[in-house]
Amino acid sequence: MFKDIAFGQYYPSGSVVHRMDPRAKLLLTILFVVAIFFVNTYFGFMLTAAVLLLIILIAKLPMLSVLKSVRAVLFIVLFAAVINLFMIKDGEILWSWKALQITDQGVHTTIKMALRLVLLISGASLLTLTTTPVEVADGTESLIKPLKYLKVPVHDIAMIMSIALRFIPTLFEETNKIISAQKARGASFDTGGLVARAKALLPVLIPLFVNSFRRADELAFAMDARCYNATENRTKMKVMKIGVADIVGSLFIAAYFVAVLLDRYYFNGAMDSLIFGGLV
Amino acid sequence: MLAVELKKLSYTYSVKTPFEKRALDNVDLAIEKGEFVGLIGATGSGKSTLIQHLNGLVKVQEGEAMVAGMNASDKKTLKKLRFTVGMVFQYPEYQLFEETVARDVAFGPKNMKLEKEEVDRRVRRAMEVVGLPYEEFAERSPFELSGGEKRRAAIAGVIAMEPEILVLDEPVAGLDPVGRREILALVRKLHEEVSPTVIMVSHYMDDIAEMADRIVALKDGRVVADGSPAEVFGAREKLAAAGLSLPTAARIADKLAARGIVLPRTIVTPVALADALAELKAKRAEKESEDREGEEEKDV
Repeated sequence: MFKDIAFGQYYPSGSVVHRMDPRAKLLLTILFVVAIFFVNTYFGFMLTAAVLLLIILIAKLPMLSVLKSVRAVLFIVLFAAVINLFMIKDGEILWSWKALQITDQGVHTTIKMALRLVLLISGASLLTLTTTPVEVADGTESLIKPLKYLKVPVHDIAMIMSIALRFIPTLFEETNKIISAQKARGASFDTGGLVARAKALLPVLIPLFVNSFRRADELAFAMDARCYNATENRTKMKVMKIGVADIVGSLFIAAYFVAVLLDRYYFNGAMDSLIFGGLV
Repeated sequence: MLAVELKKLSYTYSVKTPFEKRALDNVDLAIEKGEFVGLIGATGSGKSTLIQHLNGLVKVQEGEAMVAGMNASDKKTLKKLRFTVGMVFQYPEYQLFEETVARDVAFGPKNMKLEKEEVDRRVRRAMEVVGLPYEEFAERSPFELSGGEKRRAAIAGVIAMEPEILVLDEPVAGLDPVGRREILALVRKLHEEVSPTVIMVSHYMDDIAEMADRIVALKDGRVVADGSPAEVFGAREKLAAAGLSLPTAARIADKLAARGIVLPRTIVTPVALADALAELKAKRAEKESEDREGEEEKDV
């Protein structure tokens, strides 16, 4: 029932990508996502896919782990694709039936949109596949530090985020346990209509909430007992450092970004006609 | 008749990922109806995976699991299987969810689609058996009970289904000595009155030694020992290899042996230890009186 939660679950392979500074990875992921929105040619998508494949190879990730993340959003992609396919009325009409029609422009836009979404999700999942949640939280804290001057409680936010991330697997495990226990008492979660199914979740959700509050209480006590308070100038056990891999990675993504911009504004689709000829 | 029959059962978690783990490895196990089986093994030895096969919570990957005449991988009998095998998980009190104890206990029987009268009868009986008198506890919220009461309410929720086979995973974990004694007495009562076949997982060797007719020990997903408590705990080397400890009575017997008082290795319960010591004392007294008589004869 929760198989798709495997979305971007950390996959330890100890590669150089895994060892990169989480801050660098966060920023590069953002840059990559922005770049994808500039891509508007098939050549650009090919280039993006090639970059992704290369990163996957260097990070020693199995293709399956990346595809799993895509599977989680497949429905949204298909839904958006179908809407797009019938909504775009520009260009030559290829097929029509009553009020529905498909145009060549519509087909191109649909394919590009689907490619963009799939590549976007794959790219974003690379971050979580190669970076532990704790690293992501630490990296984010470091990146949003300047907001301190705007009186944003940066450290508190980071602590809340780390705790939330820390408890995702715990809650996940607990949910599975409770589901097992209720199933053992004959509960079924996949039969009946929508209302019946929603009702069937109550025996899982109520204990889950009760236990979460209990756990939060215990955690607060434990933190208090160790004199935790969000004082200024707390130091970290693991100090983040920019290394060679981070510089090489940054240059690589920057080069990709430039290539995307050139493809869009300088070649302006010339690469597509060169490769695909009359098809596009 | 066999209550449980596992044939060459194997199970692997997270296949084809770096987290891959073989939890069960070619397990063959037959449990007779009416047996009280203690399942022991270090953490991660496959106990939980094994018991979750018994009511189809874990899908059979390799091998076969027959439980109460039903195949655990048969979807048609899955529901019936779950009502036949009552499963009390670790810390069962964390699964209470209803507004009142009676309604929580009724969850299982209601899922069985029983008549209202029958559901009521079972709820009353289950609550009485676990020692939560219906009149007193039926309308109380399960969340305001004490720890031990909560656990008994949760157990009532399982036995209200009147299962033929009762599986308990660490039923006394986290309880104080009084609560522990109460729950163990309850388990014994359930074995006699409600569910003839009981499988109990526990880290407490003392409890297992006293309660089980038969002990099955797992290590790395394999059955490494299977027999009466005296047999299993008697094989000291095997037990140590499986990373398991001895019951207190057996440990005392070992310590006595190291000090020259050799007792049989089959001693696993305090009663057996006391008997053996009493016997030893009687023998010595006899011997002494014989010696004395001998001396007296010499004197004459």
